Amino acid sequence: MGNKIIKKENLAKEVVRMVVEAPEIAAKRKPGQFIILRVNENGERIPLTISDADPGAGTITLIFQVVGKTTMLLRDVPEGGEISDLAGPLGNPTHVDKYGVVCAIGGGVGTAVIYPIAKALKEAGNQLISIIGSRNKDLLILTKEMGQISDRLLVCTDDGSYQIHGFVTDVLKHLLEEGVHIDIVYAIGPLPMMRAVCEVTRAKGIKTIVSLNPIMIDGTGMCGGCRVGVGGESKFTCVHGPEFDGHQVDFDLLAKRLRVYPSEEEKARSSYQPKPK
Amino acid sequence: MNEEIKPSPSKVKTPRQKMPEQDASARTRNFQEVPFGYTPELAVREASRCVQCKKPKCIEGCPVNVSIPAFIKLIKEEKFTEAARKIKEENSLPAVCGRVCPQEEQCESFCILGAKGKDQPVAIGNLERFAADWEREHEGFIIPEMAKPTGKKVAIVGSGPAGLTAAGDLIRRGHEVTIFEALHKAGGVLVYGIPEFRLPKAIVQAEVDYLKKLGVRVFLNRIVGRSVTIPELFAQGYGAVFVGSGAGAPQFMNIPGENLNGVFSANEYLTRSNLMKAYAFPDYDTPIIRGTRVATIGGGNVAMDSARTALRLGAETSAIIYRRSRTEMPARAAEVHHAEEEGIKFELLTLPVRIVGNDKGFVQALECVRMELGEPDESGRRRPVRVPGSEFTIEVDTVVVAIGNLPNPLIPDSTPEIKTSPRGTIIAETDTGLTSMPGVFAGGDIVTGAATVILAMGAGKASARAIDRMLKQ
Ligand SMILES: Cc1cc2nc3c(=O)[nH]c(=O)nc-3n(C[C@H](O)[C@H](O)[C@H](O)COP(=O)(O)OP(=O)(O)OC[C@H]3O[C@@H](n4cnc5c(N)ncnc54)[C@H](O)[C@@H]3O)c2cc1C
Ligand SMILES: Cc1cc2nc3c(=O)[nH]c(=O)nc-3n(C[C@H](O)[C@H](O)[C@H](O)COP(=O)(O)OP(=O)(O)OC[C@H]3O[C@@H](n4cnc5c(N)ncnc54)[C@H](O)[C@@H]3O)c2cc1C
Ligand code: FES
Repeated sequence: MGNKIIKKENLAKEVVRMVVEAPEIAAKRKPGQFIILRVNENGERIPLTISDADPGAGTITLIFQVVGKTTMLLRDVPEGGEISDLAGPLGNPTHVDKYGVVCAIGGGVGTAVIYPIAKALKEAGNQLISIIGSRNKDLLILTKEMGQISDRLLVCTDDGSYQIHGFVTDVLKHLLEEGVHIDIVYAIGPLPMMRAVCEVTRAKGIKTIVSLNPIMIDGTGMCGGCRVGVGGESKFTCVHGPEFDGHQVDFDLLAKRLRVYPSEEEKARSSYQPKPK
Repeated sequence: MNEEIKPSPSKVKTPRQKMPEQDASARTRNFQEVPFGYTPELAVREASRCVQCKKPKCIEGCPVNVSIPAFIKLIKEEKFTEAARKIKEENSLPAVCGRVCPQEEQCESFCILGAKGKDQPVAIGNLERFAADWEREHEGFIIPEMAKPTGKKVAIVGSGPAGLTAAGDLIRRGHEVTIFEALHKAGGVLVYGIPEFRLPKAIVQAEVDYLKKLGVRVFLNRIVGRSVTIPELFAQGYGAVFVGSGAGAPQFMNIPGENLNGVFSANEYLTRSNLMKAYAFPDYDTPIIRGTRVATIGGGNVAMDSARTALRLGAETSAIIYRRSRTEMPARAAEVHHAEEEGIKFELLTLPVRIVGNDKGFVQALECVRMELGEPDESGRRRPVRVPGSEFTIEVDTVVVAIGNLPNPLIPDSTPEIKTSPRGTIIAETDTGLTSMPGVFAGGDIVTGAATVILAMGAGKASARAIDRMLKQ
């Protein structure tokens, strides 16, 4: 009794969008929540954000970057094929409120995570300024979707191959220098990006929410493997998060904790051989 | 000094029969079960030691009052399957309980043979295990007489011993039963916590398969409170809900360095190894740190399981760090004994105060201080106090924190109607498990706090009776 892959497409190099059958999760999920899946019987449990859902069709959308063995396995499940386990929705939903002007910042595949949150914040009546960025043009995702929900969308690339040349923080700084008023920032992407955004907003006193991605197993508060440092305390990301006040997060600790298994991950990755079709 | 008086040769009785087991040096290199179990000959010989007391005390010592002398008599008569079925009248998981119950504190502590101090008690646990294994391996489980379908639906939250037992009893009484389990495998602590070398997962799987055969539906990957809430279950037509969600939230010590890489809660360590089979990495994808010098903090079964798992993952040294003395250690006697045989070091009366890491954020050492026992505390055990100036450091690369688990807060947090104690346990009536929310019953570790398999099973039984009564009203 697995979950069927309804549709699969490449959004960018090694970034895959997958529509998966999961009627109960589709009906229940709220923005900011995630699932944990296992591709097969020998597989690892990995968390992925629910990027979108269609309760009518009974499906959810996942967008993931292929970084290691499990995401490679997932990439290679064909349309019509199944993954063995899917549990969710997990984590606390985003606190959707009317803040005024919201700035949603997505870096790399983090854009997939911020998309449902930004959409909900827009629907709640906020003015939405979005900044999305990636290393280069080929890695940009969801520019059209983000454009449709944003009052203003700014796109940047590290190498200048598309639109603004620079980091998302450069764009944010520029906005603030221009005098654009921002009530709250949501920043989701690679750790260095989230940390840099928090440095910018801390100086200006703008509340900033980040979504953390530590290594998880159960996602129900049972193992404590997902613990992160927030405001000097340990929090379990799966039950207390995944969103936290970015100004309170110990990014150094999280960066170190994400590098617990480098040699095992490499071993798993290099030994992976996709099944011949 | 007090030499025991040897009984005269004519009165020499059969000694307590040892269970054959893997040699300590061999078993620390594999994850296979340590004891092999009795042969029929050994079982019959051990069973013949039971003197069939008129007023058997052992039954009183059993939390679910198994008819112990009766099943032992059946073993003596070589009616092994009948013996198993006798046990199952009260205990639906004998293959599990025979392996993990703290018999030395329960049934066996009441055995008249042991009470006289000259002999050892009958090995009730070993016999229970033998009978249950025999039935499973030779006869298979029988489909019991099932009551006519009542048309009532019951939802069971969690598939640990409490949930499995409640499910079995309720389906037999004719109700439609569905288990909701958060993880991808059913069994609770029996699959994710207790290691293979102590409780083979095939045994737990056989119990789950049996329930399915009886008609119990098992929904995996369903987190009640997130995937579906209790009020929603009632709206879906369930007439009663039994919550057996366990005590699955790990506690940490709140000492510096606890978030370093290489520090695990016992739950994480054991879940990686057991449920995710990290010991078979890379055949299984989940990794685990295979430390060479491992320290496990705690003195219960969970700590023993972690320390022994560390050895099997290849540790050169594996130590238990416990702040009280040997006598206060809550682990089963058999586990401590096995751990010692396997070369686990015991640093007793020792309290960790800090975990030291390197610049990459990995564990390097554990700073400890020696303790001595002072006045008794609320639990009646003598409170350990620090010995000034006794600080010392142990070099380690892995630390497993096994100092206890708190009730899993997911259900209480998502269901404010269910009242909880300040400790976070669900408040439930003793005989029925009824909670403050109508139609919702609870039992096992979520009610008692971390306890035992047999108590969880007993609670599942009691609630099944109460739910049956309520539904038939
Ligand atoms: C709440 C949450 C939501 C997430 N949402 C998304 C998403 O929508 N899209 C997406 O592409 N990624 C997302 N991630 C990250 C994703 O889970 C990891 O990229 C994935 O687990 C990598 O697995 P792998 O076996 O392919 O790679 P590995 O070879 O295992 O690891 C590659 C990298 O991923 C990290 N990683 C490994 N295992 C885990 C794990 N169990 N949990 C988290 N990180 C891990 C490692 O630190 C490493 O840097 C999310 C993570 C969290 C915690
Ligand atoms: C490592 C270890 C060793 C032990 N050794 C022994 C021993 O030797 N002897 C002994 O008697 N006892 C032992 N114990 C204790 C014993 O295992 C527990 O007391 C017993 O398992 C409790 O049973 P339970 O049914 O209440 O809960 P659990 O076995 O904890 O099962 C609860 C189940 O509910 C699920 N769950 C939780 N929340 C939800 C939710 N919201 N929705 C759906 N499902 C949910 C969990 O995933 C889990 O599968 C040990 C415990 C551990 C951790
Ligand atoms: S993933 Fe296990 S506690 Fe969060």
